[in-house]
Amino acid sequence: MTITAASNAESTDENTEGLLFEGVTLRLGDGDATVTALDDVSISVRPGELVAVVGPSGAGKSSLLAVAGALTVPDSGVVRAGGRDITGLSRRARARFRRDHIGFVFQSGNLLGALTATDQLRMMTHLGRGGRGHDPQRLLEEVGMADKADRRPHQLSGGERQRVGIARALMGEPTVLLVDEPTAALDRARSHEIVRLLARETRRSDVATMMVTHDHDVLEYCDRTVQMTDGRLSE
Amino acid sequence: MFLAVRELWFARSRFGLMGGVVALIAVLMVLLSGLSSGLVEDGVSGLQRLPVHGLAFDEETEVGSAFSRSRVNEEQLQEWRDRPGVEEAAFFGNLLVNARSDKDVPIDLALFGVEEDSFLAPETAEGEGLGRRDGLVVSQSAIEDGVAIGDVLTVDRLGTELEIVGALEDKHTYGHVDVAYLPLETWQEIYAGITPEQEADPAVYTEATAVALRAEPDARIDHSTGDDEAGTMSLPLEETFAASPGYSAETSTLNLIKAFLYAISALVVGAFFTVWTIQRKHELAVLRAMGASTGYLVRDGLGQALVILAVFCGLGLGVGVGAGSLITGSGVPFLLEGTSVALAVVLLIVLGLLGAMAAIVRVSSIDPLAALGGQR
Repeated sequence: MTITAASNAESTDENTEGLLFEGVTLRLGDGDATVTALDDVSISVRPGELVAVVGPSGAGKSSLLAVAGALTVPDSGVVRAGGRDITGLSRRARARFRRDHIGFVFQSGNLLGALTATDQLRMMTHLGRGGRGHDPQRLLEEVGMADKADRRPHQLSGGERQRVGIARALMGEPTVLLVDEPTAALDRARSHEIVRLLARETRRSDVATMMVTHDHDVLEYCDRTVQMTDGRLSE
Repeated sequence: MFLAVRELWFARSRFGLMGGVVALIAVLMVLLSGLSSGLVEDGVSGLQRLPVHGLAFDEETEVGSAFSRSRVNEEQLQEWRDRPGVEEAAFFGNLLVNARSDKDVPIDLALFGVEEDSFLAPETAEGEGLGRRDGLVVSQSAIEDGVAIGDVLTVDRLGTELEIVGALEDKHTYGHVDVAYLPLETWQEIYAGITPEQEADPAVYTEATAVALRAEPDARIDHSTGDDEAGTMSLPLEETFAASPGYSAETSTLNLIKAFLYAISALVVGAFFTVWTIQRKHELAVLRAMGASTGYLVRDGLGQALVILAVFCGLGLGVGVGAGSLITGSGVPFLLEGTSVALAVVLLIVLGLLGAMAAIVRVSSIDPLAALGGQR
């Protein structure tokens, strides 16, 4: 126990609350077709910090999100979110961990077609987060969607969907917010609005946010930008 | 069910289309089960209402033609009387005849010859019981077919005259023909083809179609030993139905149609939920990425299937019962039995759920990773 505690204290880089990668390696495929998607990646995102990950397609940005979000288990290295090592968890435990600690913002929102904006948020409490979480109406207000709370995704614009997506990700009061190309389907003005909103919510909710993007225009709102090339990270 | 209910409403036209198919199948199912109960009732109700546990035919006869071919004698009757476990045994005569009433109404009858003092003697609801040598006690359905108590029937070809003296309470039919009980001796004369003018050979009065058997309370009849001793081929009452004309063909046809409908219903529901699950693959991946468990998604999908099946089977049941009550009494053999109709509908729902289950378990193979990156 003491050894574990000591090594923890040593390696967490004082970041015990946010997201932490230490020497994470992920290989995809098998045999001759093996690709090293993440090559000895270490990164730390603190609560209240918005870190952008940029890089060309196929550089491993999505793999980084998948590992951070406990969707994929890396081949080696340690991933900590909220102080907890998530690399050794079972499938079921990872699903629960995602439910309790991770907020996802997907490309173009990825909302559920059948649900109104309010229900998209209420859905999160029905996934098993119980009494925890925000009041959906207040969250929608925060992202400027209070007047469209009863609309379904097909009645919303791309930017509006993304706002609802952000509110939904924040519903369960996550420790870590993972954002996948939030501006891919948006024009310039909307892109700026959305990333500004993300930066604001990151600070307000004190969540460790990692955003993968192609869009170099919006990096001004981020606290830090890291470059990803062929599975390797550089500041 | 939070998501399931909202999806049902959101995609109501799609669910409605599938539900319509399920409802139509349920209607058909109710009508078919009414028809098969009706046909059974019309075919063998006279046998069903016999107060016996089994019938012993001559050992030479085959099941399919037992009632028309079998002849048993008094030795065989006596053997059965002496069997342990057999409380009572009596001659039972069965013969289909054509007759005409004195009001010129033609009528086909299944003549059931029984001894007036045996346990086979029927209870009459109207008129007198068996007693008079030429007295007939007919099924209630014969009264509906146009004969009445007091009518005199003449048996075709023989010219034997029989008078209707009483009527039974329920419908008693055999091979879709009304049953008429008459004293065994009269039956034996008609069976032997004795005309009123002829004198009958005493041997005529020693035979009948079968030995009717009644078991002692809580005892079972030992058919195989009894058959060996008596030289008979005995069957429990339910198995003798197959010997009634047309019974096997009718019931097997209807059962085949029903089996197909069950399979079709399961496949329709299964196919719908397969397509529905595939359509929602991306959404399901998003849900999984957000931490929904497989159990949650399966429960949600099965809940949807159950709601759809229950609502539309219920609808079909209502329409089917409504249509059935219109058919009842129109001459078509149709009988709505609560248990068989309920069983059919419950089976539809269960098989539909199995079909849906086969499709929905696919959600467990959906990779939440699919939620990342571009969609659709």
